[in-house]
Amino acid sequence: MLDHEENSSDAAGAPVAEESRRNLFKLAMAGGATSLIKPKHTAAAVAEEPLPAAPVYPPSPPVLAWQESIPEYVYKAKLPISALNPPPQEVANVAMGECGRNPIQRWADFYNETNNNFDLYELRLKEQLHTFNPAYPAQNIWGYDGMYPGPTFKARYGRAAIVRLFNDLPQNHVGFGSPETSMHLHNLHTPSESDGFPGDFWSAVKAGPTLASAGAYKDHCYPNVYAGYDQSRISDPTAIGDPREALGTLWYHDHTLGATNANVSKGMAGFYLLYDDIDSGNENDFNNPKALRLPSGDYDVPLMFQDMRFDANGMQFIDQFGPEGVLGDMVVVNGKIKPYFKVARRRYRLRILNGGPTRFYEFYLVHKGAVKPFIHISNDGNLFEWPLMNQTKLALGMAERGDIVVDFSAFPIGSEVFLVNRAVQDDTRKIKEIKSPGDQVLKFIVDRNPTEPDNSRVLTANTFMRALPPIDLTEVAARRTFAFGRKGGLWVVNDKIFEVNTIDASPKRGTAEIWTLTTGGGWAHPIHMHFEEGRILKRNGLPPPAHERGRKDVYVLHLGETVEIFMRFRDFNGKYVMHCHNLPHEDHEMMVRWDIVD
Amino acid sequence: MITRREMLVGIGAAAAATAALSMLDTQPQATRYAVHTGKTHGANYFPNVLLTNQDGEQVEFYNDLIKNKFVVINMMYAQCSEGVCPITTYNMRQVQTALGERVGRDIHMYSITLLPDFDTPRVLKKYALDNKVGPGWQFLTGKSADIEIIRKKLGFYDLDPKVDADITQHAGVVRIGHDAYDKWMMAPALGSHKTILQKIHHADRPLIHA
Repeated sequence: MLDHEENSSDAAGAPVAEESRRNLFKLAMAGGATSLIKPKHTAAAVAEEPLPAAPVYPPSPPVLAWQESIPEYVYKAKLPISALNPPPQEVANVAMGECGRNPIQRWADFYNETNNNFDLYELRLKEQLHTFNPAYPAQNIWGYDGMYPGPTFKARYGRAAIVRLFNDLPQNHVGFGSPETSMHLHNLHTPSESDGFPGDFWSAVKAGPTLASAGAYKDHCYPNVYAGYDQSRISDPTAIGDPREALGTLWYHDHTLGATNANVSKGMAGFYLLYDDIDSGNENDFNNPKALRLPSGDYDVPLMFQDMRFDANGMQFIDQFGPEGVLGDMVVVNGKIKPYFKVARRRYRLRILNGGPTRFYEFYLVHKGAVKPFIHISNDGNLFEWPLMNQTKLALGMAERGDIVVDFSAFPIGSEVFLVNRAVQDDTRKIKEIKSPGDQVLKFIVDRNPTEPDNSRVLTANTFMRALPPIDLTEVAARRTFAFGRKGGLWVVNDKIFEVNTIDASPKRGTAEIWTLTTGGGWAHPIHMHFEEGRILKRNGLPPPAHERGRKDVYVLHLGETVEIFMRFRDFNGKYVMHCHNLPHEDHEMMVRWDIVD
Repeated sequence: MITRREMLVGIGAAAAATAALSMLDTQPQATRYAVHTGKTHGANYFPNVLLTNQDGEQVEFYNDLIKNKFVVINMMYAQCSEGVCPITTYNMRQVQTALGERVGRDIHMYSITLLPDFDTPRVLKKYALDNKVGPGWQFLTGKSADIEIIRKKLGFYDLDPKVDADITQHAGVVRIGHDAYDKWMMAPALGSHKTILQKIHHADRPLIHA
């Protein structure tokens, strides 16, 4: 009898079990099987039905496929402006309305009016109407400059970007989304005060627990120097760090404590591409012998993939109550569901980002049912030493990036080539299986011959791209272990609850450490380390696969996995975080604060 | 770990069976997981079931406790002594002190029992007195089936049925939100009470004085 209570009370929240009970009654009535309608048997029959583990949401309504192009602005650069008024300064300009951030470290190095070694940008967070698909109504998103994705920054090493962000979000907002922001540039070597620490969120009327005061804007200093800055300047006062630490494909997004899932789902994410003399962003750069001449300009295309869920009216929603969020069943590509992209018959660099919140991808390029090869050149935005040739799949956990070069000259004009996700998930926990044919998420239409020659380099297995910095284990000053799990209705690290003012690790500036990240059997966790790229020493005790041997900032832990990483902590002091990039996990609060100290 | 099953042993099989059957047959559709409509959660989402507070007063969950209110809600049970509820209640007590006169005026604190068959209004009254709970903070009990619905609606559940059956797992989180803003957040309850306060301040809409 006690079983009845257990199962029936669970059934109260379980529409599927309830449905099956009703069907059972119908069956009983139709067949005249009187014994079945006895309540005791009914309850027992309900007990045999597997209960849904979470609220069961109906699928998003159907969409119209291949009706809209991805927007052009995503591969054009946001333009800097000539001046900011008032001018940016080292210490927060609270009197003029800036929020109470900490002073910017090494300000004179990066904002030097004599050298003119910086670009100034103004960025505004705004509510704006957006259409995900022609089948869905226009609806409000929160976007940088009112756009989803936000505008694309194209920056260059050695030239700082000073970004003034205004928060113009509606403070009287109703529904998911919290109109404060803490903007994180993932994964620039950024001093703490500009890094978007979760507790540093702000609006004109609100300041997070680690920020001194509210404000209408905040200045961010993105130094665009390589890690190893301090050491490089010992011998050369004009040096900007170790070029082997260069980053290429970055993205900026909201990081508000406890509201990141809501805010990123509302559209607060965009690209930041970073170039130097090797990855120079110019396929015609013949005068520069170091230049890789990767496909550039309109042929260097960032693609952001985000899973989202829509209600019966085609309005986006998230689960604000459930501990594991809701798995998006629509894959939104640069703001559009099932868009197309018209390409010329030439090489393209595609910078593919899994912008979350909860879905893992395994992408394939498919033409007429056949999987086509591509060249994999970087992981998490960092070029490999040598290209990985003839690749067929690109697996990305949340926040991971993969740059690939695709040669569309292999296809005749009129060809339709699909980017297909073959990773199947039925909850937010993990990939269930890899299955073909998979979900077509983006259609490339090969519609023209190039009007000018494709001067981008023909990559081969022997094209050396960028050296990897050596791993010097004698620098290791400490080893730490972090176990990612679930306890008491919360996501925990080492069984501990995240508290924004509690420092869990204090690496000394200029040292290295080995961190072991591990998880149990329930969930996959893509773990992101802010600030500096690390190296996987071992994945489950073995050397990592080829695409994970470079520098990384997201370390995916699949069920029961252990990853050992080598981390260095250089140049800028202050508070940073490591956290799970499954956004409901991050918000509930699978996070560790660590500070770099002297 | 104490499961609901273990606690129910004390109630008697007949009573449990009666509860089970009455629930199966009377569950109104509105109390199931809601289909989102793009509107606020509100009355479409929260059940308007009857609860009783520690003073024996009957209240409707949505109309009286949630509607247009800024709420701070946890779940507990009076006999819980495993280092969970006492800590949560102690932290909530500190939160109440810190919020001062706002509690009961524009911030409403609710502790809903996970064991309604044991935690009668009288038991909850004693619990509140023992914990020196001030005005504006209600302790609530009701029919166990109704409490189960509320628990799931508020997100105090686990996807693993074994974990979900361990009621101590649901007593370490505080739900914070405002029905009118349809903004819902959570705070861990077993750390510092300051973490709960930070979340309350974040979820709160500041009064802007001219």
